[in-house]
Amino acid sequence: MTAHANSAAEPYTIVIGLEVHVQLQTKTKLFCGCSTTFGSPPNTQVCPTCLGLPGSLPVMNRQAFDLALRAALALDCQIARFTKWDRKNYFYPDLPKGYQISQYDLPFSHSGQLEVVDPKGAFSRRVRITRVHLEEDAGKSMHDEAAGTADTRIDLNRAGTPLCEIVSEPDLRSPQEARAWLNELKLLLVYLGVSDCNMQEGSLRVDANVNLHIPRGDGTVAKTPIVEIKNMNSFRSVERALIYEAARQFEEWQATGAELGSAPKQTRGWDDPAGVTRGQRAKEESSDYRYFPEPDLVPVTVSEEQLAAVRGEMGEPPTVLRQALADRWTITPYDADVLVNQGRDLVAYFEELATLAKDGKVASNWMQQDVLRTLNERGGTIGEFPVRPAAVADILGRIALGDFDTSRGREIFAAVLESGKTVADVVASLGIAAVDDAELESLCRELIAANPKIVADVQGGKEQAAAGLIGQAKKKNPNVNPGKVRAMCLTLIKQLG
Amino acid sequence: MQPLALSAVDLVAAVQQGELSAVACAEAFFDRIAAVDGRINAFLAVNREAAVAQAAAIDARRKAGKPLGPLAGLPVAVKDALCTADLPTTCASKMLEGFRPPYDADVVARLRRADAVIVGKTNMDEFAMGGSNENSAFGAVHNPWDLTRAPGGSSGGSAACVAADMAPVAIGSDTGGSIRQPAGLCGITGFKPTYGRISRRGLVAFASSLDQIGPMARSAADCALLMETIAGHDPGDATSLAEPVPTYTSLLNEPLQGLRIGRVAEHFGAGLDPEVAAGVEAAFETLKAAGATIHDVELPHAKYGIPTYYLIAPCEASSNLARYDGAHYGHRAEPGKGHRAETGKGYRAETGRGGGGAGEYVGGFDSPLVEMYCRSRAEGFGPEVKRRVMLGTYALSAGYYDAFYAKALRVRRLIQRDYLEAFTKVDLIAGPVSPTPAFKLGEKTGDPLAMYLVDMYTVGTNLAGIGGISFPCGFTAGGLPIGFQLQGPALAESLLLRAAHGYQQLTDWHTRRPALPA
Amino acid sequence: MSLTRQDVAKVGMLARLALTEADLERMTGELSKIVNFVSQLSELDTAAVEPLAHPLESRNVFREDVPAPSLSTEQALANAPRQDGSCFLVPAVLGESGAA
Repeated sequence: MTAHANSAAEPYTIVIGLEVHVQLQTKTKLFCGCSTTFGSPPNTQVCPTCLGLPGSLPVMNRQAFDLALRAALALDCQIARFTKWDRKNYFYPDLPKGYQISQYDLPFSHSGQLEVVDPKGAFSRRVRITRVHLEEDAGKSMHDEAAGTADTRIDLNRAGTPLCEIVSEPDLRSPQEARAWLNELKLLLVYLGVSDCNMQEGSLRVDANVNLHIPRGDGTVAKTPIVEIKNMNSFRSVERALIYEAARQFEEWQATGAELGSAPKQTRGWDDPAGVTRGQRAKEESSDYRYFPEPDLVPVTVSEEQLAAVRGEMGEPPTVLRQALADRWTITPYDADVLVNQGRDLVAYFEELATLAKDGKVASNWMQQDVLRTLNERGGTIGEFPVRPAAVADILGRIALGDFDTSRGREIFAAVLESGKTVADVVASLGIAAVDDAELESLCRELIAANPKIVADVQGGKEQAAAGLIGQAKKKNPNVNPGKVRAMCLTLIKQLG
Repeated sequence: MQPLALSAVDLVAAVQQGELSAVACAEAFFDRIAAVDGRINAFLAVNREAAVAQAAAIDARRKAGKPLGPLAGLPVAVKDALCTADLPTTCASKMLEGFRPPYDADVVARLRRADAVIVGKTNMDEFAMGGSNENSAFGAVHNPWDLTRAPGGSSGGSAACVAADMAPVAIGSDTGGSIRQPAGLCGITGFKPTYGRISRRGLVAFASSLDQIGPMARSAADCALLMETIAGHDPGDATSLAEPVPTYTSLLNEPLQGLRIGRVAEHFGAGLDPEVAAGVEAAFETLKAAGATIHDVELPHAKYGIPTYYLIAPCEASSNLARYDGAHYGHRAEPGKGHRAETGKGYRAETGRGGGGAGEYVGGFDSPLVEMYCRSRAEGFGPEVKRRVMLGTYALSAGYYDAFYAKALRVRRLIQRDYLEAFTKVDLIAGPVSPTPAFKLGEKTGDPLAMYLVDMYTVGTNLAGIGGISFPCGFTAGGLPIGFQLQGPALAESLLLRAAHGYQQLTDWHTRRPALPA
Repeated sequence: MSLTRQDVAKVGMLARLALTEADLERMTGELSKIVNFVSQLSELDTAAVEPLAHPLESRNVFREDVPAPSLSTEQALANAPRQDGSCFLVPAVLGESGAA
């Protein structure tokens, strides 16, 4: 493991653990048949169970459990053979039952890991996963701050949506690593179809625990009190909040010398516009959640067969896919990383192209220089991209045959994109016909006759002088293949000699 | 034809055969309710108009030659702990006064599908917490055998309405004895089936791992009839058993020859009223005469039943009742005077005024929200509910969980093992339902612990998750019913009903009715 | 084993039950008595006994991920003490953190 470049400059180590909640991509809620669709009018996706009405009961959604298993397996977790749910008791108006159904002492999985490798080699970090568990989401409280003392409005559409809670060990050592690790986690979960990880819609939420280890002169290490940071609504906010918080803790330590254990864990909220974390009021009794086994649900046992079935449905996770792409298509790890980070659909596009073009390297170059660049400019998804892999392969094939060169190929790519026509139609409409050998020979003879000086230079051993002839040939006929012109001219000059 | 005198089995047969109209049947019971419930207070809501309309529809269907359900025209009273979409569901609590659920409990839906007629909702101890029905926010129920006495609880309204002929059958719920004990004190038959045999969906939860719905009727045969409708798997209750439901009524008449009945020494110890003991001993003799054999068995941890139950049930209740906080439904306290004080950033309320001029609330509230919660719950819950919520909250809280809740779960295992062990030697276990016959209203209200002990013979059934049935086995010199209890292994419903029915074929205690002139 | 008034006041806050002086006084006595009574369980050596949280031995009860009808907003809000036609209304929850 390499230390991050930034942290070396600072007189402390930042120690970061993350707690991530992701909504699982199910059609219905964890314990009832209400829809999980985002953005519906308030309180339209609710029933007695998710409203917590008297007498209502939960029944576990099988798909939610399977997706959670899939996430845990992909995070290399140990899967508990026996798992149960517990009630976490606290009062809050977005929690209509007065308790959240969660998992306490027997989560369905634990002890995993997820590695993040910086493709540029700046860092590589294996982060241990403490546990992954399955629980229900709460509803939403909406308060109009400007209205002052007005009531808070409660929408319970989200209440009961299945959530996976993923808790890491404090293994991250810089805000940059934390951000990169979150990107890797998100990529993994999206790849596996576990979650859409859309932070704007709240389907991925992150809290961070952070403190500093500060070496003292005498060889001992001072540890600052752990702070939990909440309210970060993008990975960039996570990085910024951690940078801010590390500096703040160092300053505070210098001023007060306060160390871990001197006070209870503090919670601070990230104020994004202001770029600062702010202390949140601690509620002394709030941590006494009085967990106990949820009597309305029965425990779940997981068999080897079930695990095998979930593994079978999983597909290759990003780490495996990166290596596989690099091996299958002899492309660089960096290129494989770029492709994989764009998501499973783009990788499928690439593999189709590489297969048709029978050349992974060239396909990878075109993906990065042409397809991805254009896609980024245009927006939209790779699935909607108008130039399909077969068309790109067609262009690459014609280049390989010498019909035209790469830059001409790019013009054709752009024209196919704009017009929606086939490659053949575009080639025809641009008047790009392959130049036959007889035509090429007469063109070359003409040029040799008109350029005695170049001929003399070539005959004198300066073969590179032939480049002058290629330029002139392209002016006379834009369709000629420069390599062929060069070879033909050299042959003809030798025959002269 | 006098509907009040007919058994449920006979009522249904009469309606199905056109000898009695469902309307006439319903009207007879509503008239009886109108005549006597002013003295009993068994009902919190009566459904006369809708019920008679439903009965009329049943009659019309019969006349049209269409098939009728297995409970056609049978009036059923339902404990107010079960959700009914057409009637308020209050659990006898001010907290839920006027609450109307948007759905029917599974049991209620099954009854309606079977063409039973829901006559109304019965009084109970608030949130099913109590053994006398005195903990109702809407007044105590009076025992039809002696109006100065308690009917038992928590299903006191259901027991009293059957005893007083206001309904031929009723639905109750039993968390620690709440069907069997009031049935015993009111001289009727009450059946608490195996945990999971009947769906709990729509039963307002008290203690989820102990709660079970069951029938209350004049006889085991009527209970069997009801069981065929209300028992069965519900995919909406994860704890409901997916076992097939036998036709209990067809198995009732098998003889008791060779039935091994256990007599538990622990159930005949200190605290047992001598008249109750004598009545129970006589019942053993009757069963013996019917061909059963009596064997001594031990339930060595029986004496720990009450402390175990009074930890587990309040712990679960403290969580189950957290939803009654005034936010989404139920009682919400009006903001008190002097509560808008704001100091600095946080909300720092002045102390509030207790409900009913009870004095100032202690401490303050962190925010208007916390104030709303605390005051709504203080105003909405009665003293026993508060006591159990406090006890459960305490027993689950940091530092006490292991000593109380976790300890109780371990003892629960020991109690269950006792039963499993006993059932290797006998088919059923028998004994008294309650240590005493019906006690005076007000007699135990000042001493919560004394009240808890009325459940001493019944809580084991719930802790072990097995079934139990209680029925009358005699009367005291003062004319109060004495209850007999049978407990059976898991899913031994048929056997329990058969044994009770066999006993009732040899005795007439269950046919006696209190003198309660209209 | 007995509870102090402070214990009872703390539990009251955890349980969100406002207590008057009289409540506190009475409950301290009653709860102490009950806690003392249930403490008799400590006579039993249960070190080797597995807890039994639930009488059922069922495992793996699931429902399929198939949508079922929801209530209408009107039905959902029908019993609400305060609502505005689309949401439940509760006193301001400023400055407190929510779930999960």
